[in-house]
Amino acid sequence: MTHLTEQWWVALIEAVIVVNLVMVAFAYTTWLERKALGRMQLRYGPNRAGPFGLLQPIADLIKLVRKEAFFPASSHDLLYISAPILSCFTALLAFAVIPYGPGWTVDGYYINGEIANLPISLILIFALGSIGVYGFIVGGWASDSKFAMLGSMRTCAQLVSYEVALALSVFGVVLMGRSLSLVDIVDRQQATLWFFIPQFIGLCIFLLAGTAETSRPPFDLPEADTELVAGYHTEYSGMRWGLFQTAEYINLIVLSALAVTLFFGGWEFPGVPSLDRFGPIWFLLKLGALVTAFIWLRASQPRLRYDQLMRFGWKILLPLATVNALVTALIVVWVG
Amino acid sequence: MDVVPNTLKGFGVTLRQVFRKPITQQYPEYLRPVYPRFRGRHRLHLHENGLEKCVGCSLCAAACPADCIRVVADENTAENRVSAGERYARIYEINMSRCIFCGYCELACPFDAITLGNDYEISEYNRDDLIYTKDMLLAEPQKKIPVADRDLYDTPIPYYKAHS
Repeated sequence: MTHLTEQWWVALIEAVIVVNLVMVAFAYTTWLERKALGRMQLRYGPNRAGPFGLLQPIADLIKLVRKEAFFPASSHDLLYISAPILSCFTALLAFAVIPYGPGWTVDGYYINGEIANLPISLILIFALGSIGVYGFIVGGWASDSKFAMLGSMRTCAQLVSYEVALALSVFGVVLMGRSLSLVDIVDRQQATLWFFIPQFIGLCIFLLAGTAETSRPPFDLPEADTELVAGYHTEYSGMRWGLFQTAEYINLIVLSALAVTLFFGGWEFPGVPSLDRFGPIWFLLKLGALVTAFIWLRASQPRLRYDQLMRFGWKILLPLATVNALVTALIVVWVG
Repeated sequence: MDVVPNTLKGFGVTLRQVFRKPITQQYPEYLRPVYPRFRGRHRLHLHENGLEKCVGCSLCAAACPADCIRVVADENTAENRVSAGERYARIYEINMSRCIFCGYCELACPFDAITLGNDYEISEYNRDDLIYTKDMLLAEPQKKIPVADRDLYDTPIPYYKAHS
């Protein structure tokens, strides 16, 4: 597929639209989560603000912005304030390289199907994720509270353990796609078949390690409410807490988008190439399905114990991911 | 290796609930019927001829463990006859922020002048508004709270055993 050049201001407008769309997607992910969790627990979920509670995220935002931005007297001001900003920024930035369409020509101007097409976009996403973790760790440390400190330590241990398995699980996809560029991987899946069939073990490892990376239940030990109050964001309130929540949910969306891109053919509509120009719609549908699956997982499974978490990460996921990568490499070299 | 089927079973349990009706009661729209002997906001009662039943004896105030009732009695006169007895309550106040709704005032009253009603929506924005005067206690409650059927509870088997 040829990639025409895009005017810089077209890319800028595209970036603004995508960032805002991601924020809206985040707001309605919280709504969807509360609604779906409610129904799974025989409750209604939010149903007061607007029809079906659809205005609930906006009401929450107004409440958080108006709330006092309190911080503990013994906290380290600069780190305490910058930690949520860092986390939220890196989470949003990851969306710059995720492709959502084949590219369009409108009125003579070419519009890319992604904001930035980097040859190493997959590595960039993992690097940004690793920087974002600093926000969670530093935020917990800078608030000078024992619960936040324990939450930070758990975040540290858990994310380091599962990042290895997560990175190894996409190794098979990189080998089969013969590129680290997400655009090339999607093109490759269109040419052959969606990678979730040959890389099913890789997909399972990716989703499990990804759940741990975004510290969602059942891997939510860093912020286990019943043990640590709220983990690293115990001492945060108002919109600073809101930024941490934003970062967490956008990380979930990025993870789902990455899974869609790597394993489910990205924006491609299966079998009908003429429908591919509606790429963003198919992308959003696949994304929504995966996010719902994560919410379903949260509703269904109890939290792991700490030793179970470590054992699962190091003794099951990591060897499995290594074997998967090795076998894929052998087959790719063998078959050619 | 029964970990995987057992984990998947958990997903089935949560998915089944999605297709059932939520059991949440939508409170401000739906008022759950109260138990027939529910102890809510107090009421003061009148005789059929319009005279107050309360004679200002202060037995309710004496029985009150929270000390939230204040009664100041006065003599009935021929021109100003308020109650059926010799005396009447010139001031009758209940401090609802202290009341524990035990019903001892109701038990202590020799004339059944005070009873506990079934109104439970008695929140206020101001503490002073929680001091109920005699006029407020004599007035009809503004909101009709549904009361459950008495026959539902007067059964040989206790309600909680029959409905669980």
